[in-house]
Amino acid sequence: MYTQGLDQKGQTAPKRDGIEDPAKLEAFQTRVDDEEKIEAKDWMPEAYRRTLVRQISQHAHSEIIGMQPEGNWLTRAPSLKRKAILLAKVQDEAGHGLYLYSAAETLGVSRNQMVADLLSGKAKYSSIFNYPTLTWADIGAVGWLVDGAAIMNQIPLCRCSYGPYARAMVRVCKEESFHQRQGFDIMHELSRGTDAQKAMAQDALDRWWWPSLMMFGPGDAESKHSAQSMAWKIKRFSNDELRQKFVDVTVPQAEFLGLRVPDDDLRLNKETGHYDFGEIDWQEFFEVLAGNGPCNRQRLETRNKAQDDGAWVREAARIYAEKQAAKAAA
Amino acid sequence: MTDKEWPLYEVFIRAKAGLSHRHAGSVHAADDQMALENARDTYTRRMEGVSIWVVPSERIVASDPTETSAFFEPAEDKIYRHPTFYDIPDGVENL
Repeated sequence: MYTQGLDQKGQTAPKRDGIEDPAKLEAFQTRVDDEEKIEAKDWMPEAYRRTLVRQISQHAHSEIIGMQPEGNWLTRAPSLKRKAILLAKVQDEAGHGLYLYSAAETLGVSRNQMVADLLSGKAKYSSIFNYPTLTWADIGAVGWLVDGAAIMNQIPLCRCSYGPYARAMVRVCKEESFHQRQGFDIMHELSRGTDAQKAMAQDALDRWWWPSLMMFGPGDAESKHSAQSMAWKIKRFSNDELRQKFVDVTVPQAEFLGLRVPDDDLRLNKETGHYDFGEIDWQEFFEVLAGNGPCNRQRLETRNKAQDDGAWVREAARIYAEKQAAKAAA
Repeated sequence: MTDKEWPLYEVFIRAKAGLSHRHAGSVHAADDQMALENARDTYTRRMEGVSIWVVPSERIVASDPTETSAFFEPAEDKIYRHPTFYDIPDGVENL
């Protein structure tokens, strides 16, 4: 999902921690098993802390980078109404990034460090935001599919064992539902429009369908950190379970829109009650994650430029605050 | 990145008159006024609040979680502080 970087095989194995007290480890696991929440200053295994820092910061980075594909259409939205809605949505993404950075900071990592890791390219963010938004229909498809997939993943995170992350996700999920509906609304309008509008909607679905399925990360057999994250109740469902749920709820929505999901192998399996679907191009997924997607370089360049262009504002605000404090002290 | 980090503030929001302020999260800001405005933009985009408190995080004094049981121990054995401790004889009402 927004933290696919955690799931990759071939990553360096988790660092060995200094010896942790087995009694403490056991007491910790018991708390987690009993569905108690872990709070910021509680004792926790170092690997739990590290996993959460990586997961929450990757999630935050995804929200921040996720503003770019949609921001691309802010000045070209087809009406004032659509523009106002899109502005609100992009602002929400910034908000989500901030809730999440704030949650990650409770684990002892600084905001500056996280931002620096994003800007240098060291930190990962979701593969999905490295695809371009070529037409207005892409804004519909992103809201409907990308935010739809995100909701599927984020609802269980509201019950994550780490309190600050869980609470941030509750906020995010409330807002995400608006995002998905506004996306579907765009698709709905286009799919009832002229032939050209309908073709535009279909084209957007064609391009966003498979990357949306990739958002859930590698299949369970390939997913490296899943078992431990499940035991710690950071993760509640496997990648494949969530992907299947997403397909099952989304296909009927596409049918309602009169659009075709671009998968020849897609069919309802009468026995299981689930949709069977075709093989994902994992080669593409790993390429995008490795930095070779259509927009990876552009996304980071834009983010770095925004950071650099804002430097004088941050500096001025800091100096102003110092002057005001000095004046108050005098 | 070489910027000096702005201080961290904890954000508390009163959802509506009659309720207490409740912790919502945190924001970074250069000064108090900016902390209030950032908190507004981050945590109340949908009318979630009618009042905001921001407090520099370093000024929060917190109990130590590793001392939780000892710290709260004095209250543990005083069950007579709860009304359910007392048996009410049959026939007694309004008590």
